[in-house]
Amino acid sequence: MSLRIVVCVKYVPDATGDRHFADDLTVDRDDVDGLLSELDEYAVEQALQIAEDADDAEITVLTVGPEDAKDALRKALSMGADKAVHVEDDDLHGTDVIGTSLVLGKAIEHVGYDLVVCGMASTDGTMGVLPAILAERLGVPQVTLLSEVSVEDGKVTGRRDGDTATEQLEAALPALVSVTDQSGEARYPSFKGIMAAKKKPVESLDLSDLGIEEDEVGLEGAWTKVDEATERPPRTAGTIVKDEGEGGKQLAAFLAERKFV
Amino acid sequence: MAEVLVYVDHVDGAVRKPTLELLTLARRVGEPVAVHLGAGADTAAPVLAEHGAVKVLAADAPEFADYLVVPKVDALQAAYDAVSPAAVLVPSSAEGKEIAARLAVRIGSGIITDAVDLEAGDEGPVATQSVFAAAFTTKSRVSKGTPVITVKPNSAAPEAAPAAGTVEQLAVSFGEKATGTKVVSRTPRESTGRPELTEAAIVVSGGRGVNGAENFPLIEGLADSLGAAVGASRAAVDAGWYPHTNQVGQTGKSVSPQLYIAAGISGAIQHRAGMQTSKTIVAVNKDAEAPIFDLVDYGVVGDLFEVVPQLTEEVKARKG
Ligand SMILES: Cc1cc2nc3c(=O)[nH]c(=O)nc-3n(C[C@H](O)[C@H](O)[C@H](O)COP(=O)(O)OP(=O)(O)OC[C@H]3O[C@@H](n4cnc5c(N)ncnc54)[C@H](O)[C@@H]3O)c2cc1C
Ligand SMILES: Nc1ncnc2c1ncn2[C@@H]1O[C@H](COP(=O)(O)O)[C@@H](O)[C@H]1O
Repeated sequence: MSLRIVVCVKYVPDATGDRHFADDLTVDRDDVDGLLSELDEYAVEQALQIAEDADDAEITVLTVGPEDAKDALRKALSMGADKAVHVEDDDLHGTDVIGTSLVLGKAIEHVGYDLVVCGMASTDGTMGVLPAILAERLGVPQVTLLSEVSVEDGKVTGRRDGDTATEQLEAALPALVSVTDQSGEARYPSFKGIMAAKKKPVESLDLSDLGIEEDEVGLEGAWTKVDEATERPPRTAGTIVKDEGEGGKQLAAFLAERKFV
Repeated sequence: MAEVLVYVDHVDGAVRKPTLELLTLARRVGEPVAVHLGAGADTAAPVLAEHGAVKVLAADAPEFADYLVVPKVDALQAAYDAVSPAAVLVPSSAEGKEIAARLAVRIGSGIITDAVDLEAGDEGPVATQSVFAAAFTTKSRVSKGTPVITVKPNSAAPEAAPAAGTVEQLAVSFGEKATGTKVVSRTPRESTGRPELTEAAIVVSGGRGVNGAENFPLIEGLADSLGAAVGASRAAVDAGWYPHTNQVGQTGKSVSPQLYIAAGISGAIQHRAGMQTSKTIVAVNKDAEAPIFDLVDYGVVGDLFEVVPQLTEEVKARKG
């Protein structure tokens, strides 16, 4: 039987752009170019490798996000995923991680799955908790923050490099994994891949398709509230010296002045 | 006063510093009740009491070590049910965030991660966060359920505030999902004898400019002269010059020391994300245009192979 893999990918504002908040204190997605979160490219890559090692597999990439988020799906399709699902609804604006996980969970169940693959964190929110929440909601084993992953005989195994130890993990499918940026460089889409992606199916769903009420998501439905966002004042310009042979000593004097030595 | 649950991060009863910081912050919003899972509660209890824990809820079971995350969520939920706290605080380690997040959905509460400060507010605890690679500071609160908040290391100075710290056994029954992910083996990280990166008062980091694993002892030498932890940029880690556990930045550790020294690091946005909140920042880089110089309190434009050894010698000389 075919191995059904769903990869969750997020469309995010470019981190090298000038990211801001909108007036309602949500992330401003209009003024900065968006792209497929670089950390989710690793998720797509690992899904592709798992699929290549399986007899028969199908990869669906899934995103919850605005119209432009289709770009992220196209990129993942051009890397080699088979089909895409886009959950898009005006009522989603301002949804927090609890709401996003609700929507992703319903969409994943709608698609059908044996394995869900996530990135380690999104590059805008950087919470890194969605995969754990999604596993909780789906009621499947959480095998997260893996730097190595493989699927064999209905089991997923992987290596998790934690703060104090490295762990070897194992769980039965269906399961949810998240992979880190140590899991291996993501491939670039080939010209053939880019052309093929144009013909791959992208299914669009809205909240009613998933049986979700509008008050469960969005800014109003969020379980957290941002009251204030202030731009960090630029650091006051420091002293910069050119090393003319005494740079190390000058630096030591600075450190002594600041009582570090 | 309402009770606040504080999840204890420890290694066999040796309490890690971020937990002591959490106890200090917890006292601003209520009476801290510590939750200690795994071995060593008796070792930990006096330390937790010293820092303000009125009670220590302790549970030990093989499941905590043998299976990933979920048994600890079951136990924290048992503590939550027993105490009905005003808030739940968890250290922002990778595991801490996952435990907190799962608890939050279970109890129908919102979650805030990676707070760098916490204060009492009219509508519950207000968390300060640093976002978009620390370009913005936000103040947020949980608007539904019991606030679940994870707090980053170095967010407060631990203060002693002796309290009873009575140890009570916490009864935990594990759900059927608790044993879903088996920890087949665990290899503890070897200690380098240097301070823990996220907890250190001083961090010295090396980047691509260090130009090889064989040159990293230069960075280590400076770190040791200052009693500092050693960090590395992703470029240095990807090149295999230094372990990934020492990576500073978006996908590595986020540090906020009193002093951060960057040697041979350009200061890419993803690196800045992990160190921009450091109190004093110093850089050595041969390129005067490197973006890291926008952040520094003191910068030396020069060759690190000249500047760093001279600095190390001078620090040693000054320390006598
Ligand atoms: C999703 C994502 C996540 C990332 N996460 C991280 C992260 O967590 N941490 C991180 O660090 N990066 C991260 N990066 C990578 C980041 O974008 C940069 O590529 C990386 O930080 C560069 O490392 P560097 O500064 O050491 O190297 P470079 O940018 O190559 O800079 C090296 C610097 O050394 C200087 N130099 C060279 N020789 C000398 C010398 N002899 N003396 C003095 N100076 C010298 C050069 O002038 C240069 O400025 C991430 C990237 C992405 C896309
Ligand atoms: N809107 C979204 N659509 C699809 N996947 C998402 C979305 N938000 C988060 N994810 C997934 O969850 C991971 C962690 O996100 P976060 O907890 O927001 O840092 C990401 O790497 C994605 O795999």
